[in-house]
Amino acid sequence: MGGDAAGPVPSEQHDFSLWEKRVDALMVTASAKGHFTVDGLRRVLEDMGPEAFETMTYYERWIMSVNQNLIEAGVYTTAELATRMTEVAARGNSYGEASNG
Amino acid sequence: MAERRYFRVRADMPPGHVRTPSYLRGKTGWVERTLGPFPNPEELAYGHKGTPLPLMRLRFTMGEVWGTGTDNPNDTIDAEIYANWLEPASSPHAP
Repeated sequence: MGGDAAGPVPSEQHDFSLWEKRVDALMVTASAKGHFTVDGLRRVLEDMGPEAFETMTYYERWIMSVNQNLIEAGVYTTAELATRMTEVAARGNSYGEASNG
Repeated sequence: MAERRYFRVRADMPPGHVRTPSYLRGKTGWVERTLGPFPNPEELAYGHKGTPLPLMRLRFTMGEVWGTGTDNPNDTIDAEIYANWLEPASSPHAP
């Protein structure tokens, strides 16, 4: 990254979890609706700085960037997001419980 | 062979979203082909309508990018750079 040494590249593949697939789908949907473009996604990812690339996974960085861009585009406010997150969390910890809301 | 057209990549390091690779800033290459116009990604990144800009595929020698001490200085790398980051140059070497 940025020309710095980064060690060996892991070559093993892994399956994506459901939430990761949903983040990807959210990016596709949000850009198809014209809320922002891949350029906006890249901007926020790159503004996170090198530490984010050490401490967060790929889709953790993506959802942070998608969220930032959606707020900037006026799709929802941070307060609305907080309300919604509290509602979803109250349903339970499993996908099954969360889906029943 | 047609005469090469050289461009120097601006050496600026502004804050904010920049699509031009840092390691090529200040380096001089020649036009491999002209592409675009494409909307300026540095405007799109902030939710603005991108101004259409020519996109130049430039070819740089490894000697130009990494210095003459690099392993294969005559090998080349191509990079696509938007026209707003380029200034005409007459020499294949950065001043």
